[in-house]
Parts: sequence; structure tokens; C-alpha cells
Amino acid sequence: MRILGIETSCDETGVAVIDAEHGLLSHALYSQVALHAEYGGVVPELASRDHIRKLLPLVRQALDEADTAAPDLTGIAYTSGPGLLGALLVGAGVARSLAWAWGLPAVGVHHMEGHLLAPLLGDEPPEFPFLALLVSGGHTMLVDVQGVGRYRILGESLDDAAGEAFDKTAKLLGLGYPGGPALAALAEQGDPARFSFPRPMTDRPGLDFSFSGLKTRALTTLREARTEQDRADVARAFEEAVVDTLVIKCLRAVQETGAERLVVAGGVGANRRLRERLRAAVGAEGASVHYPPFEFCTDNGAMIALAGLMRFQAGAGEDLTIRARARWNLAQG
Amino acid sequence: MKLLSIETATEACSAALWLDGALTSRFEMAPREHTRLILPMMDALLAEAGVRLADLDALAFGRGPGAFTGVRIAAAVIQGAAFGADLPVVPVSTLAALAQQGLDAGATRVLAALDARMGEVYWAAFEADSEGLAVPAGPEQVVAPDAVPVPEGQGWRCVGSGWGGYEQALRTRLGGRVSDIDSSPYPAAAEVARLAVRDFAAGLAVPAEQALPVYLRDKVAEKPKT
Ligand SMILES: Nc1ncnc2c1ncn2[C@@H]1O[C@H](COP(=O)(O)OP(=O)(O)O)[C@@H](O)[C@H]1O
Repeated sequence: MRILGIETSCDETGVAVIDAEHGLLSHALYSQVALHAEYGGVVPELASRDHIRKLLPLVRQALDEADTAAPDLTGIAYTSGPGLLGALLVGAGVARSLAWAWGLPAVGVHHMEGHLLAPLLGDEPPEFPFLALLVSGGHTMLVDVQGVGRYRILGESLDDAAGEAFDKTAKLLGLGYPGGPALAALAEQGDPARFSFPRPMTDRPGLDFSFSGLKTRALTTLREARTEQDRADVARAFEEAVVDTLVIKCLRAVQETGAERLVVAGGVGANRRLRERLRAAVGAEGASVHYPPFEFCTDNGAMIALAGLMRFQAGAGEDLTIRARARWNLAQG
Repeated sequence: MKLLSIETATEACSAALWLDGALTSRFEMAPREHTRLILPMMDALLAEAGVRLADLDALAFGRGPGAFTGVRIAAAVIQGAAFGADLPVVPVSTLAALAQQGLDAGATRVLAALDARMGEVYWAAFEADSEGLAVPAGPEQVVAPDAVPVPEGQGWRCVGSGWGGYEQALRTRLGGRVSDIDSSPYPAAAEVARLAVRDFAAGLAVPAEQALPVYLRDKVAEKPKT
């Protein structure tokens, strides 16, 4: 079984070919980050316009690199949502139509399913069941994963996503977009003892998150900030608070579910401090922490090809409707 | 010549099959239903005619201007099908396809206008070639109704949704050059197919990757001032 996967939900165009026996055969990615950076955030219409120009050349490239032609393929998977509707429609339209032309089945997969299965692309894939922490620019959630399509959302952000909070706070600090990595770098110079930010929603039971208050706290603290060191101290306090909060909730989820494996996916999973703290805290509970290979932490086609492969193995296949949905609850399958 | 065409740039969703001069088509007014309808329409036309996608010589699509998302759906679907079946693509102006309906109704010159929202219309003038098919008589543009270019001569037949919303402003601007106005026609795949057959013969087909939308409105975001 061999699957072509297509991802266009936001500002990355990704295409990949995966084989049930031989694993990932190719993946091609084009990032629009530079395009949107000039606007200080993703401009949906510009994202859609770029996807329609870049997608087909990437499909050609991924197929060539995988030495794969139509007869070798079993099906085509595409990101059906959630995401920017116009952007999703490009990938969904090309994918569904190509599958029709080739007489292949197609399946629309959930973007976050792609992210939470991405660790299976690594050399030591975690076994089901596992707990997944999804932390990206658009999402923060804890998911109990029993198997493909068997997801229970244990908690999610009630306001800003963790990555969004990083980006917004980075903006307050005068850092570029996307600001997560830049903020983390600045925080390295910061003194963790200088300011203390709250750990939102950790003083009550439950696994939901709230990060928008931290951004406000950073804003008020910054009013007093004069020097570069002050700014670094604010960055550090913010990072400590987000990381600590994520770790506390993960630990709580591990204890409540008895999970033996925690999978961390999404762009914020690249944060070094988060990785260190999770390893120590979750490790102390006897559970292991798994990450996707570095290049598959952010949006990519490989995770969609993989999710599609697992869906097709479970018998998936759809009619000729081009499915794109801006909102789509992961647990509703 | 065998060609399959689609047009999804407005509330109308349509597909048409040209088989050596015989035309069959599907047409539905279906706001926001294009993604559900378009591939089944294409599939049904081929199945009824007993023709396979691979038997075709080319594909065609209404490349805009029109609703951004609608035009992109057409481009995406045609790219996928053309790449898959290794067929060339003829991009056809949505305004030309619209104007063709005016020419078919007996006019020799047509002003096509589609509502572009934000107080503007997508606009172009067309005349008939020797076969009665639309050829541009000026550039396509997105423009305020009171600023459209005034064409030479008289007897211009006006078609398209742009004439519904802005009839008064357009009449004031164009005065006696306008003959009759019909704001009811929507661009459709049948006319896209006929124009594409001509353009294909003229060597205007492109590879799948170049089956791209024409938006006309290109200023869609402001860069923050720093
Ligand atoms: N080292 C880091 N520390 C904190 N946040 C980071 C780091 N690296 C990336 N991010 C954040 O991750 C997000 C991007 O992740 P991604 O999974 O691509 O999310 P999305 O697809 O939702 O935009 C951005 O918000 C970015 O700032």
C-alpha cells in the first residue's frame, strides 16, 4: 500500500509519498513564512494564492523522488481541516481531482491527527496507546490516543494556543514573526528569578489551558522595562510560565490515565526548555516522552500521508466531494 | 476535438463536454455547493458519453475573474485532473464566457460585468469573431462602475450580475452607447468549452501547473507601517 499525502491547511505546502512496507519515500515542502512575515501574520488570501502556484510542482517533485507513478499508488490523502478554508480548498481540490483522474480512493484527514501520529515517522515509533500533547500556533490540546481514529480530548486551550501566546508576546518584545524561537533565544539571557508569572489554571483540577493572561502580564511588566536585560527577563518569566504550565498538565494527565508514553507534537515542541522539563518530570513517573523527527514537528505532507495510510488500512474511502472544513473537532472523527 | 470544461467562478457551478462539435453540459445555481457538485458533474458527463478522461484532447476552465475561492476551486480541480490524465489546459476568461451568451442572443458587441463586491465590477468589452465567438475589445479590469472605460460606438449589449447591482451608475457613465441590459446570465462551462476549442486550435493551451486563476484584484492585504 502506497499513499500520496497533501497538506495545505495554513502557510506550508507539503507533499509526501509513504509506503506501508518501505516507510516514507519522499517529502517536499514549501514554506510561505517569508511571504507572510512582511504582514506580521498569515494573510489567508495570499496563502491560498501561493498554494495554488506551488502545490502541483511539489506533487511532481515528491512523486519523482519516490520513483512513484499512478499505478504504484493505492490512494491519496489530503488535509481536510481544520485550517484556513481557502488554503484547505486548494489541497483538497487538487487531491480529490487527481484521485478521480487516477481512479484511486481519496480520504480527507484531520490536520491534528497528522500531528499526533507524526512521532510514528521516527526511528523508534511509540506504540499505542499514548498520550499526546499538541502544541502549535493554532492549537493546544491533550489527547488520549487509543489507536487510529480513537481519540479523546482531555483538555484544550480556552483562548490563545501556546504557540500563539509565544508569537504575541514576542511581538510585544519587538521580535519578528513567528516569534516563538526568537523569544526562546532571548529568554536564554534572562534571569528566571527576576519576575514571577502565574501558572494559569493549575490551581484547580482539570486539563484545560489558558494562555492569554500571560501575554497581558508580559505587557504590563514590559511597561517598566528599560534595558535589554529587562526584556530578556520578561521573556524568561513568560517562557518559564508556559513551560511549567504545560508540564504540570502533562504530568496530571499521565497520572490520571496511567499512560506509559507521552507524544509531543506541534511547533512549540521544538522548545528546548519544554523538552528538558518534560523528560525529567514525566520520566519520574516512569513514562517515556516521544517527539516526531525534527522536520515533522511543524506542518508537513509526511504526517498527512501517514495518517492517510493508516486510514486506508482501516478501510477508508470517500465519494467525489471535495472536503474542506475550517473547523472540525478531532474527537468527532 | 474532445474537451471537458468547468466554470465555478460565481454562484453557478457547471461542467460541459465537447465531443467533435456536440456539446452536453450540467449547470446548477449552487452557492457554496461547488465542492460537492463539480467532480460528480464531470464524472457523469464522461460516463454518459462513454468517454474516458484519457480519451480527451484537453481540459478547460473559467480562469476568472470572479469569486477568489470559486476561481481557485476550478483551477485546483483542473490542475489535478490535467496532471493525472496528462492533458493540456485551456484557461478561458470567465468574462468572455459570460459575454458569449450576449453574442449568442444576437448582439455583435457585448459589455460583460460581474459584481466584484467592494463597490467594484469585473469588466471587459467583447466583439464577435468571424465564427461569432467572443474576442476581447479591451483589457479586463476591476473598476468602480462610474469609472469603467467608455467604449466606442453604440449598440453595446450588456450582460452579467454587475449590471444588476450597479445599473444606474453604469447607465449614467455609458449613456446612449448601451442597447439592452440582461443581468440574469451567469458564466457557464458550455461557453467556456466553445471558446476553449477555438483557443486550443490557436495553440493557447498550457501545462497543468500553469492552469492558474486570474484575480484582477491583487491588493488583498496592507503591510503594517513600521
Ligand atoms: N523554540 C520554540 N519555542 C516556543 N515556540 C516555538 C518554538 N519554535 C516554534 N514555536 C512556535 O510554534 C508555532 C508553529 O508551530 P506549527 O506546528 O507550525 O503551528 P501552526 O501550524 O499551528 O502554525 C509558532 O507559534 C512558533 O512561534
